[in-house]
Amino acid sequence: MSSTLRLFWLFVAAAILVPFFPQIVYPIFMMKVLCYGLFACAFNLLLGYTGLVSFAHAAFLGSAGYVTGALMIRHADRIGTEVAILAGVATAAAIGAVIGGLAIRRKGIYFAMITLALSQIVYFLAVQFRWTGGEDGLQGIPRGRLFGLVDLTSDNAIYGFTLVVFVAGFLLVHRIIHSPFGQILRAIRDNEPRAISLGYDTDRFKLLAFVLSAAVAGLAGALKALVFQLVSLNDVSLHTSTEVVLMTLLGGLGTIWGPLVGAALVVGLQNYLATLGDMVTIVIGLIFIVCVSFFRLGLVGEFLRLRKSA
Amino acid sequence: MGEIVLQTFGLTKAFRGFVAVNNVDLAVRRGTIHALIGPNGAGKTTVFNLLTKFHQPSAGRIVYDGIDITGERPAATARRGLVRSFQISATFAQMTARENVRVALQRAQGLAFHFWRSERALDALDDRALALLADVGLADFAEVRAADLPYGRKRTLELATTLALDPRMLLLDEPTQGMATEDVDRIKALIKRIAANRTILMVEHNMSVVADISDTITVLQRGEILAEGPYHIVAEVPAVRAAYMGGGHG
Ligand SMILES: Nc1ncnc2c1ncn2[C@@H]1O[C@H](COP(=O)(O)OP(=O)(O)OP(=O)(O)O)[C@@H](O)[C@H]1O
Ligand SMILES: [Mg+2]
Repeated sequence: MSSTLRLFWLFVAAAILVPFFPQIVYPIFMMKVLCYGLFACAFNLLLGYTGLVSFAHAAFLGSAGYVTGALMIRHADRIGTEVAILAGVATAAAIGAVIGGLAIRRKGIYFAMITLALSQIVYFLAVQFRWTGGEDGLQGIPRGRLFGLVDLTSDNAIYGFTLVVFVAGFLLVHRIIHSPFGQILRAIRDNEPRAISLGYDTDRFKLLAFVLSAAVAGLAGALKALVFQLVSLNDVSLHTSTEVVLMTLLGGLGTIWGPLVGAALVVGLQNYLATLGDMVTIVIGLIFIVCVSFFRLGLVGEFLRLRKSA
Repeated sequence: MGEIVLQTFGLTKAFRGFVAVNNVDLAVRRGTIHALIGPNGAGKTTVFNLLTKFHQPSAGRIVYDGIDITGERPAATARRGLVRSFQISATFAQMTARENVRVALQRAQGLAFHFWRSERALDALDDRALALLADVGLADFAEVRAADLPYGRKRTLELATTLALDPRMLLLDEPTQGMATEDVDRIKALIKRIAANRTILMVEHNMSVVADISDTITVLQRGEILAEGPYHIVAEVPAVRAAYMGGGHG
């Protein structure tokens, strides 16, 4: 087992203890970190390991949240929670295939701008549709029963479930990065023309990476809808898309741990500085500026560098 | 000499009105080493970009192995066995030399899209990757990141990666550029050796390399073919002597 994975299981063990010591870390805070951590992991798969900048990731997080939430509100008595989650993930993947398919022909900043424009369409649709609740969003989403058996309503049940889904998502991303496919992604990130000259249709690899990333972001969105029992326009907004960039860069781009650490940092700051109101954004912005100026590799990235040079 | 394997008809490329390659009819025979020479900016790299489909020609046709590949995508042409190297060394900088070669070997293995599988599936390729590295004299550098290799070794790694595809035809863009003399001799010998069962088209400024190993030379100037033939004939063409041979190269 690699040292990354050993550390991961240590983290999981600590996370299991959280509900027993709510005076140290609130379980609800932990669940928020896990949801955004998974979201940032998905984003990192694309930016850190494929070299693609997407401003559409809120569209995946939000659309999956809406679909999962709407299904649970209407059919919680007839379908298991897992069905609603899968439907949400499938929606995010499908939207990812469309946005990715249209954007991937372009490079660099043009790619980023197309993802941005298309994600605005998703935002617009979320405002217009009736089933998304428009400005109100979806509220009071029931958590339902997993496979019709396990009731997820209680705080401990949803906590355990969140942890399991996070672990599954994290391990999936880890596997993708360390797969034969992941090797080709690294090659494309390092030198795309060379990868083409070796006979790889790099656009197809980038598209698959995009769809996988969208699907995992969707998983995070579906989970978040169930944990907080609400989905709002903020989830599909550009603000959320930029926040995930922030988390990933703060934590360390292209490191397995970076996104989780970055998510914990941003969510933590938002919580503990909540009394500051809108000032939070400014504080986080300042921290971000300090980070990109002095810790260019992000917290985890700089830590790894120091350990290597020590 | 063998039959023609790669041929262009009226190949032309204009960049916003500037004609970089003009009406080039090139014919490369199977099993030969064919050199493309010419002064800086003559259009040699552009010809390579056209042949390997990295650029679409403004006019003209390209036929490889009897098939018109003019409209093909670059990766598809590469899969036909027509593989290029780059003028500026092209390696996967963050990967080790072994991993670089493995990227090429992976294509035939057919697992390239398997995102659910462990990368340990690639271990099966290590023996061949190491053999290829040993073959070009890089055995001791297998676990060195490409970014950390000295320049000459990077170019050698690029060759080993290309050879991993076992291409039937190689397009080498200045394989000895910027190398120390002993490296040049090693690469020259290597090219000669790999040409045993392949066709090679190479751009090369070093005239001693061109003179020693090429069967045919095409001289390009301002995008047009100035002369063509074996070294001893091309070297005697007055226009070539004036335009290129005397120009301080090689
Ligand atoms: N993508 C491009 N856009 C515009 N002009 C280009 C482009 N690529 C090449 N050119 C121009 O076409 C001409 C031929 O360039 P090319 O790189 O093919 O020359 P070369 O023979 O390979 O030269 P060198 O020996 O310096 O490598 C040059 O004048 C160059 O500026
Ligand atoms: Mg050139």
